[in-house]
Parts: sequence; C-alpha cells; structure tokens
Amino acid sequence: MENAGPQFRRVARFVSPADRGFAAIVYAGSILFALLIVGLFVELVLGSWPSIVKFGPGFIFSSSWDPITSKFGALPMIFGTVMTSLIAIVLAAFIGIMAAVFLADFAPRWLGQPLSFLIELLAAVPSVVYGLWGLFVLSPFMRTTLGPALQHVLGWTPLFSGPILGVGLLTGGIILALMILPTVTAISRDVIAAIPRDLREASMALGSTKWETAMKVVLPAARVGIFGACVLALGRALGETIAVTMVIGNRPEISSSLFAPSYTLASVIANEFTEATTSIYISALIELGLILFLVSMVVNALARLMIWSVRGSERV
Amino acid sequence: MIRSLRRCCFSLAVVAAMTLPAAAATQLTGAGSSFDYPFFSKAFYVYNQKNPDVTVNYQSIGSGGGIAQFSARNVDFGATDVPMNAGELTRAPGTVLQIPVTLGGAAIAYNLPGVTTMHLTRQVLADIYLGKILKWNDPQIAKLNKGVNLPDMSIVVVHRSDGSGTSYIFTDFLSHVSADWKSKVGTGKSVSWPAPSSVGAKGTEGVAGQVKSTPGAIGYVEMAYVVENNMTAVLLQNKAGKWVACTPDTVAAAAASKPEVSATNFSIVDSAAAGAYPISGYSWVVVYKKPTDRAKELYDVLSWLVGPQGQANAKSVDYVPLPRNVQEAAAATLRQMQR
Amino acid sequence: MAQSASKNRNLARRRLIGGLGIAVALACAMIGAVCLLIILGFVIVQGAGALNRDFLTQLPHPVGVPGGGVGNGILGTFIILGIATAMAVPIGLLTGIYLSLFGRGPIPEALRFLSDVLSGVPSIAIGLFAYAVLVAPLKHFSAFSASFAFMMLMLPLLVRTSEQAIRSVPQTVREGALALGMSNFRATVRIVLPTARPAIITALLLAIARVIGETAPLLFTAFGSQFWETNPNNPMAVLALQVFTYAISPYPNWQAQAWAGALLLIGAVFVLSLGARLMLRRAMRGLEA
Repeated sequence: MENAGPQFRRVARFVSPADRGFAAIVYAGSILFALLIVGLFVELVLGSWPSIVKFGPGFIFSSSWDPITSKFGALPMIFGTVMTSLIAIVLAAFIGIMAAVFLADFAPRWLGQPLSFLIELLAAVPSVVYGLWGLFVLSPFMRTTLGPALQHVLGWTPLFSGPILGVGLLTGGIILALMILPTVTAISRDVIAAIPRDLREASMALGSTKWETAMKVVLPAARVGIFGACVLALGRALGETIAVTMVIGNRPEISSSLFAPSYTLASVIANEFTEATTSIYISALIELGLILFLVSMVVNALARLMIWSVRGSERV
Repeated sequence: MIRSLRRCCFSLAVVAAMTLPAAAATQLTGAGSSFDYPFFSKAFYVYNQKNPDVTVNYQSIGSGGGIAQFSARNVDFGATDVPMNAGELTRAPGTVLQIPVTLGGAAIAYNLPGVTTMHLTRQVLADIYLGKILKWNDPQIAKLNKGVNLPDMSIVVVHRSDGSGTSYIFTDFLSHVSADWKSKVGTGKSVSWPAPSSVGAKGTEGVAGQVKSTPGAIGYVEMAYVVENNMTAVLLQNKAGKWVACTPDTVAAAAASKPEVSATNFSIVDSAAAGAYPISGYSWVVVYKKPTDRAKELYDVLSWLVGPQGQANAKSVDYVPLPRNVQEAAAATLRQMQR
Repeated sequence: MAQSASKNRNLARRRLIGGLGIAVALACAMIGAVCLLIILGFVIVQGAGALNRDFLTQLPHPVGVPGGGVGNGILGTFIILGIATAMAVPIGLLTGIYLSLFGRGPIPEALRFLSDVLSGVPSIAIGLFAYAVLVAPLKHFSAFSASFAFMMLMLPLLVRTSEQAIRSVPQTVREGALALGMSNFRATVRIVLPTARPAIITALLLAIARVIGETAPLLFTAFGSQFWETNPNNPMAVLALQVFTYAISPYPNWQAQAWAGALLLIGAVFVLSLGARLMLRRAMRGLEA
C-alpha cells in the first residue's frame, strides 16, 4: 500500500474539456467543504460578539456563572471539558490500543470477529442512553463500590480524596471513554492489520516473540494511523453533550478531586440555551461554543506538531 | 460513477415529489415550556379527535426557545413558565396576549433510608439550599421531627441544571421566605446555587434519578413526577402554619387565594391560605393579538383549552385545572384576538 | 553451556511477559465487549416490553392513552438521513478525491486540519449553525435544516476515509489505467473509485451510525412533530428526538417507549454494520480474484 500522493502532482494532466470539467467539480466540492466550516466559525463569532465585547478575555479566566446578575466566566467549564476528555482519552487509548493489538494479531477468528463487532456496537448506543445508564447504573456503582475502592488505595493523593457522590469528573470521564472506545479500537485494529506481514515475519525471524513483535515492531509502524484514531476520538469526547451532562454533577467549580462534580462547555450550552432569554446570556453561551471550537483547533494543531516532529515529513 | 449520478438524480426527484402541498388539514404550531408538554399532548389530542381538520403540533424546546420562536413568528403560539417581561414584549413584532393555561407545584423529594415522613419549615428548607444546614441530624431539623431517628448524614442538595420554570417557581419561593436568598441568589430559571454540596441534574428525570440513587439527597421535582413514581416528599409548613403535602388540592388552594392573577402579577408562591401549598405556579401561553393567519382556528383551540372542557384533561395527567375565575379571565383576554 | 542456560531463562522470561501481555490485551478487548453487553442488557430489560407492532407503526399517544408508537419518528429518520447522505456523499467524496490527488501542500493540509476540527465541534453548535442558515431566514423549522446539520456531522468521517480508501488502492491499478492513456482524473473516477467503493460505503455506514442517535442538533432544526410528515420543508418527527423527550419525562409508559426506541436505534446500527461487513467481505473476495 504505497503512498501514492506525491507522484500525482507531476502526472496530473488535463487532457480534455471533460477532464477540466471534472476537475472543476472536484475543486467546487472541496471549496464548498471549506466554506461550510469557515461559515460555522464566522457564525459562532458573530453570535458571541456582544459577549466578547462585554467580557473580553476575562471571560476565559473568570470563575463565576451567574445568569441572574449576568456575570459569566468560562474557566470551570474549560477545566471540566479538558479533564473529562483527558481521562477519557487516557483510558480509551490504553484499553483501545491493547484491544486492537489483541484483535488484529492474537485473536482466533471465532473470537476476534464477535468481539470486534460488540466493541463497534458501543458506537451505536444513543447519547441519552449512555446518560441514563450512567445515572442509574454507573454512578451508584461509583458511589458504593468503585469510588471507595479507589479512595482506599489512592486516597492519599488529592486526586482521589474528598466526598464521593457518584456523579463527578471521574464518572463523566469513564462514560466518555466508553463512547470513544469503538473509534480508537476499530480504526487502530484496521491500521495494525494493514501493516505488511513481512515486517512481522522479519522480526520473528530475528528471534522476537510474538508479543515483542507486536509491541516493538508493529505498533511503532502503525503509530501514525493509531494517532489519527486517537485524535478523532478526542474530538468526539470534547464535544459530547448529553451523556456527560447527566453524570457530571453540573457544578461550575474547579476542584482537585476527581470525585468532585464539575461542568463542561458543551453541557452548559445544552442545559441553558433553550431557556436563555436575554441577548447577553445567549451571546455568552455561543461564546462557549466558540471556545470549544478553538479548543478543538488547538488540540488538533498540537497533535499535528507532535506528529511532524516525530515522523519528519510523513503526513498524518 | 454514472450509476451513482443516476441514483443521486433519482433521490433528488423523490425529494422534489415529496414537497407537494400538504394535506387540507390546518396545522398549528406551538413551542416552549417542557413543563406544559404532557398536559398539552393530552389536551390537543382530545381536541383533534373532536375537530379532525385541526392539528396542533407542540414541541417542548424550553420557555426561552418558545419565546424566541414566537417572537420570530416561526410558531403560532408560545408557552412559557414565566410570562414575557416588558423587554421581551417590546421586542415582539406585535401586541402579545398572555393567558394562564395550567397550574403545577414543585414537591420536595428526599432520600433518607428509614425515614418515611419529614417535616420542614420554609425557613429550614431555604437554609438547606443556602448551605447553612449541612447534615440531616442538625438540631433545627430534629426539632421539627421529634421521635424520628435522623442519621448523621450529609445533605446532598440537588437542583435542575437546565434552565426550567420549576426552578423559577422554587427560587421565587425561596426569595419570598428568605431575605438572604433574595440578596445572595435571586429568582430565575438558572441561578448560581450556593450550597457547597449542590449537584445539578438535567431534567426532572435527572433530579429524581439523582435523589433516588443518592442517600441523603434532597431535590425539587414536579408534582406529576412524585405522583407517578411514588416518591417520598417533604411535608412543608405553609405561611398559615399548616403542614401540607404537594397535591392537586393544595396547589389549587394556592391558586384560589389569588383570583386577580395576571401576566404582570403572577406569583402565587408562599400563599397565606390555610390549605395552600407554598411552591406553586402558573404556566402561560403567549399569542399575538393579530395573528398573521389561521387566527380563527388558533382562537378556537386556545379558548377551548382554557375552558372547562380543555381543563378537564388536566387531572388525568396529574396537572391542576385553572380555578373557575381564572378560566373566565383568560377567556376574556383571548376575546381581544382579532380573528 | 552456561550461556545457553541463561539464554533459555531469558527466553522463558520473555515468553512469560508475552503471555501476560496477551492476557492484558485480551482483558482490554473483553472490557469493551462486556460493557456493551451490560448496557445492551439494561436497555433490553427496560424497553423490550414496549416493542410491538403498534409501537413501530402508530403515531405517538399522549400520556394516559395506552398504546401509540414512534412510526412517524422512524419515517422521519429515514427521510432526514436520506437527504443528509445525498448531500454529504458528493461533497465528502469530491473533497477526498481532491486530497488524495493533491496530497502535499498548504491548501490540502489546511483542508485536512479543518476536517479534524469539524469533527470536534459539538453537535449542538452545528445545530445552531443550521438554525442560523436555514431556519431563521426562512422563518420556519424544517427537516431539511436537520439534514444540513447531519451532513456537517457526517462530513469529517467521509472526507478522511474516502481519501484513505482511494490512496490504499494498489498503485498497479492506477498505473495500468494511466498506461492505457487515461488522464489522471478519468483514471480516478472510472477505475480507482469503484475499487475503493467498499471502504467508502463502510465509512458512510459508520457516519450514519454516528448521527442516527444525535438529539442536540434536532432541537432547533427538525423541531419534531406528533403527526405523519413527508415534506422535508416542514417540521418532522425524528426517532432520536422522541427517545430523548420520553426518556426525561416522568411517566413510566413513556419511559418504557424511550427505551424501546433506543433499542430500535441500536438495532438499526447493528443491521447496518452487519451489512457493511458482508459487503466488505464480498468486495475483498472480488479484489483477490
């Protein structure tokens, strides 16, 4: 599966009017795609302009969210969004990549296929079902079993101290991890399976065990594709709304404990947009959407920088 | 590729064919409060059975959304838990009529293993939500519940995270009974909840679910919910000193104690009537005095809704019918419609 | 002798580590599958009771009137998804073709970056965008605006995977076409695209699975309805929206219907994925031949 990209630049020829016409359609499609996204950004800026003007950059650093006195600040929500997504991607990346390695290289067909299918089906569960399951099953479980167990072992760190309510950052992170696990697993599995067999055979010919081959040869070779899978998954985690809002506790506060309730940018918008009546309130909510858009941009840019520095000129 | 192009054209043709004019029936659209949704869904269903050529499509997108869509003339009528204020009225592109359509109450549900009745005064409830009372066996609570074994458990205060009319009624009540609440927090559909242990849950289902699964939790839920799901609720002491539960009768008593309710004077919380439940409120429909079209059908539906026949549907969905005098006042307001 | 003994010990240790590693990997795979089964079990227990023919074919009934269903929501989902697909596939495919042909350079890189950013935008913000563009100016809600929002949600997946799919067609196939005198574009369209078709269809099915359960963008676009509706210019019922509305209501029979609706959504994706796998398997066989 060679990378066919660079050669075409030299070879592309427009030999006939039909080809020129087709080229025009291709360009038009791509331009339309770009316009849609730029349009989205512009709309977000326009909608949040009154709030940007009124609160300025202080909006990002302020911690209060009071609709009655029209004092709005996004810092606790940014914290909540980043923390839940971080927990989610750490959990999902580890479990997902390990699972992908198993499914691609070690699982017998009778086991691998059904397991893959079940994991992919996690993506089919609607967001509100995750939210309700989280509220009725996961959060009581967190409160009665998982939370106390973690606190028993790791309670000496500030991360795992404090009262355990069941809802909170950790529960939100776990629900998100479940939601993005299929993305990481399925795409990573496909990427690993596509690594040419000769690479594995060469490694084993040199005396590696199957596991060493998987960890030291195959995974590094698949690094770029797996990374792309994680970036896609992280994007989904950042923007997830309804499932998170039902298990995160919706308290706009920054706390050092993972058990504490928190709030995310997307949750605030989902909770308050339909009831917001003053224009500054609506503007502040749209500005949260803009911040989320920008967070997504920053995360993606950082990811690309990392990939370029590691792989040189290899395209992600 | 040609085949897929053909397939594309086919689907476009199908889409075009479907944009044929709709059936002859009139469809009215309304949007707004989710509190009203169950009552409306029943009432409009019954109305459609009696008048088959009129259908009413009501969607609960929230009071704020309802007012916004109504002001943009995207829907025929809006429904909101809090009437439109002066600013919103001036922004609307025409004169707006506001009529009360239903009543509801917010019950205080709680989860305390082994405790089946709980008495709380209005002040104690306010202090719990202010974060001044932190444990269930606090002396102020124990004083009201002599003989009840109150556990040494922290109170987890649950509130609505989404903007809601129920939150408005509840915070309005708290502002009336506690000067502290009024100055620190205020009344609104979304507020900044001061209690250190407060947790926000989405929707009534979220609050009820949170309360049900967290021992030590307390939260406010719509009356319909408590009735349908057999939740334990607090007995509140009202302004007259009587201990009342949240039932259709006590809510109706609160409404009856203020016969002159109007869109500018609509609060019925903390009523002084003997059998009144202190946390009650109306929900409103807003309609233009001069609708752009379908005025006659709109008038017929709305006047049926606030009349005895429409209001008779309230009980079957655990809502409270409007008192007779309020029905008549609403009907009089509606008659101003130009149809 | 001592050397080979220590080599054996070394090998035994590496094998042990390998065995542990495989066990961990297996556990990870099982975690995902087990969680799915738990959630699925929960949904089935709550909702299987409400699944019957009435549920699939009737209009919703209000509280207190027994029966009723989500027939209009199922129809609405089909219509909105159909229109969204008809819009997303051309744009996504064309952008993917562009990216695969002109891979390097600032403009293609910028497009890829934009696509990744779009995949991270919350669906509610996209719903607001669709509202601003298609509902506010036209002054009414419509299924079409919901399709527009869905299209934007589907695009990143389609663009990325169609580019990958086209690029992974073996070089020999493309060179064969070029050797026959075709221009690059014709070679792409006539030869390479059909070969990449199974992967593109898989991507499409994944994209549909992604949007079929989305609720947030529907609140300000399709609006919902209690009646049968086929005109995309009008508000329309959507299954995901009905599931959401019923799930957070206080009435037990509505809640059961919400779970049954969720079961339908999961089932739809189940069937679609199964179809995708079968199609892919058949196409793989075709390629090998």
